[in-house]
Amino acid sequence: MSDTYEIHGCEEVDTAPAGPLTLPLDQWHRARGGRMVDFAGYWMPVQFEGIIAEHLWTRESAGFFDVSHMGQLYVSGEGAEAALEAALPIDLSTLTLGGPRYSLLLNEDGGILDDLMVTRWSTGFYLVINGATKWDDIATLRERLPDAITLNHLEDSALFALQGPKACEALEPLVTGEQPLSALTFMRGAAFKLGDIDAWISRSGYTGEDGFEISVPAENAAELADLICAQPQVKPIGLGARDSLRLEAGLPLYGHDMTDTVDPVSADLLFGINKRRRSEGGFPGADVIKQLIANGAATRRVGLAIEGRMAAREGAKVLSRDTEVGTVTSGGFSPSLERPIAMAYVPVALAGPGTPLTIDVRGRKLAASVVPMPFVPHRYHRKGAA
Amino acid sequence: MTRYFTKDHEWIAVEGSEATVGISDYAQSQLGDITFVELPGEGSEVSKGDSASVVDSVKAASDVYAPVSGKVTVANAALEDQPELVNSDPEGEGWLWKMTLSDTAELDGLMDEAAYQAFVAEL
Repeated sequence: MSDTYEIHGCEEVDTAPAGPLTLPLDQWHRARGGRMVDFAGYWMPVQFEGIIAEHLWTRESAGFFDVSHMGQLYVSGEGAEAALEAALPIDLSTLTLGGPRYSLLLNEDGGILDDLMVTRWSTGFYLVINGATKWDDIATLRERLPDAITLNHLEDSALFALQGPKACEALEPLVTGEQPLSALTFMRGAAFKLGDIDAWISRSGYTGEDGFEISVPAENAAELADLICAQPQVKPIGLGARDSLRLEAGLPLYGHDMTDTVDPVSADLLFGINKRRRSEGGFPGADVIKQLIANGAATRRVGLAIEGRMAAREGAKVLSRDTEVGTVTSGGFSPSLERPIAMAYVPVALAGPGTPLTIDVRGRKLAASVVPMPFVPHRYHRKGAA
Repeated sequence: MTRYFTKDHEWIAVEGSEATVGISDYAQSQLGDITFVELPGEGSEVSKGDSASVVDSVKAASDVYAPVSGKVTVANAALEDQPELVNSDPEGEGWLWKMTLSDTAELDGLMDEAAYQAFVAEL
């Protein structure tokens, strides 16, 4: 037998001749039985006890994810706000202190170079970018930002995510700050002490669950990982479950569900281009985006529910009445729904919920239909919600 | 009954010209949680090295190759509802199919259990 398909992203090996690099928790993962794979140029744990068990644990309790391969950047200097607005389609005038906001790094053709989070700190902006794209992103941003603006790569910081319905009760006793951790609502962040170490914590993540993203000094990463994972609600979770969780949440993954040839309208990510910027423009790709908003895109990212138990994975062709109409960009078995699900790009005319389609998986035709995303409801702790 | 293994991590337990085929414990541990098994049709002819079955795990879909040529007599229907049997008991209840061998000489190139364990230890 042989592996013919791999977890999303695992094949994205950095071409750096040194081979995979190690992250601050490398030994920590190995000591806990993490099965390490080369991911985005780093050794990362794909699983600990098993993907399904880890996935379900995160949905029921709290999962600890090391996402230190992601890039953490700090943009500062006089005029940083205007400079960032010229580089990204974000409206920073409505971004208050501490709240991360989703944005997109676009090329001049409106293609997506990366998706990212931007947070206003008191003295500048904190950005979190994808691991596989971070070196290209940094080069792009340096090119777009004037010399007077400083772009720091926070390589001495590790990044964790704690996700799941018990994430708050697990983390709250471990932190102190100007406000209790539970006072943060979805997409709000603040500085805290985690143990006695400085940490930046935001109520955000990429699993569809309530939870937090936690930036800490790399030198304290292992002790803080120990501290968090000593909580009975928490288990370490690998990349495998991270992928199945975000797929169920309908969240697109860069390099798979979005690429530099996919525009934000087709990708259903228009919310990453803030309203004022849509009308005012002034960012790379603005003209193309304006046209797409006015005229509509030809294709759209949709969710597919697949009959039976065989999974359709990235690259599988999508058919309508025996004609190829699209391609699966992410797919797999949903541990929560116990059935295969997928994301695909299809013509807008076939993007309506209930549209019957067929997926060709190695010559076998799987019946599928378009369904609304998320596949599994989000359970974010939104402001104003109970 | 003699059990042989392939370098592709299938096992085949042979009794005369009848055999049972599955994937090794090493293979299931590498694949992780198995969510679906596509089995060969009963009565179908398979040739040594052909993809006869597909094992789907959460992370990957993998072909299972026929270790030898012959005719499939029975597919393990229990796997339709319990594909996880391949994880829990890969060399027992998690067998994939039974077959009649067309050429027992094809077994000569396969490894016995000791040779396979040595092979896996090197991986």
